[in-house]
Amino acid sequence: MYEGVVQDLIDELGRLPGVGPKGAQRIAFHLLAADPTDVRRLAEALVEVTVKVKFCKTCFNVSSEDHCRICRDPRRDPSVLCLVEEYKDVVAIERTREFRGRYHVLGGAISPIDGIGPEQLHIRELMVRLADGAVTEVILATDPNLEGEATATYLTRMLKPLGLRVTRLASGLPVGGDLEYADEVTLGRAFAGRRSADD
Amino acid sequence: MPLYRDEAVVLRTHKLGEADRIITLLSRRHGRLRAVARGVRRTTSRWGSRLEPFAHVDLQLAEGRSLDTITQAETLTPFGAGMGGDYQCYTAGTVMLETAERLVTEDKEPAVQQFLLLVGGLRAMTGGERQPGHVLDSYLLRSLAVAGYAPTFLHCAGCGLEGPHRYFNHAAGGVLCVTCRVPGSASPAPATILMMSALLTGDWNEVERLSTTEPRAEREATGIVSAYLSWHLERGLRSLPYVDRARREATPVGALLEDRFPVIPADG
Ligand SMILES: [Zn+2]
Repeated sequence: MYEGVVQDLIDELGRLPGVGPKGAQRIAFHLLAADPTDVRRLAEALVEVTVKVKFCKTCFNVSSEDHCRICRDPRRDPSVLCLVEEYKDVVAIERTREFRGRYHVLGGAISPIDGIGPEQLHIRELMVRLADGAVTEVILATDPNLEGEATATYLTRMLKPLGLRVTRLASGLPVGGDLEYADEVTLGRAFAGRRSADD
Repeated sequence: MPLYRDEAVVLRTHKLGEADRIITLLSRRHGRLRAVARGVRRTTSRWGSRLEPFAHVDLQLAEGRSLDTITQAETLTPFGAGMGGDYQCYTAGTVMLETAERLVTEDKEPAVQQFLLLVGGLRAMTGGERQPGHVLDSYLLRSLAVAGYAPTFLHCAGCGLEGPHRYFNHAAGGVLCVTCRVPGSASPAPATILMMSALLTGDWNEVERLSTTEPRAEREATGIVSAYLSWHLERGLRSLPYVDRARREATPVGALLEDRFPVIPADG
């Protein structure tokens, strides 16, 4: 245990993801030895994040303004909407450069055991957003796990009656893996979602 | 680290660090277990869906100081495969998992009857023959019975007098006769008591008959079963309010397990 403020710093650092008690100490000592202006810049960046980062009023992506960069970009196709669980998923999909439409961040997946039902997600806002008919296709890009699947099932049931084209990201075998190590559900899906070899 | 093997159903998972999860299991020989699965959240993980809730798996575990670690997992029944594609089964099935976790109160204390009941319940849930709500209510009554809280639906819970009786009381543990009834007892419709009795004994023909002829009794039975469960668990289940109980057409036997990989083709 260290004295007052140093221990406080170690405790705070130790709460960050991926930082254990040893790592927290190492970072704390690094900061103590570093140039005070550098440390102050880090501190300011941390404070600024809490003040400046907001969530887009349309899609709930992180944003520094009322509307995020993607929602403001006129080159993005307004007729295709991609539904994701977290804003981290927006970043992941953007990195593929495959998608030119817009997003809607649900804020999680339906998980009754954690007390998360449809009302706890941004589904009501989604329905409002779809009301003007500008969106014609919805892509369900929830996680390929049980909760993500159940959320996609629920959303399909809500969206189909609106006459939208509803698609789901294909799930199947990870690129770079061996077939023999695939579990039965993954392999089963890969079979169900197989496509013609001359596409 | 000593290794051991067991058969288990995954009850729930918690994120741990960057890529791991703590998996809560109900096992055949070791009762409720918590174990770590390393790397399970990576999309290239070798575990795949094997350690997701509902999975019925054959496991190898390594004993650890605080938590054991899962070293191998093979699927016995992929109950989870159909659940994500069926919202009613998903919400009702989740209540079964949470109930099993709550009624088995000690880790590593054998609870083989609860284990067998859960596997049977999940089999019925994914079989597609019965209403998910019926499977759930039947499971809840039976798991309470295994835990020592079997409600009586014919004999008075106070004096043992044979019924049918009109009053039901959670604290008393079942129906009460006119003499034994206490203030605050419910007085459900006679068909409601028949419904609960049929759900407890697994008389599916009777359940189906009452469900079509006495829909009000069915709803009332569901309410009483939920209240009875909550009373015995002290605090309610988180998942219970989310159950989707709309009645639906029966799906063919085994439909959920065999044919539930709802992939929507891109040209659909
Ligand atoms: Zn936006």
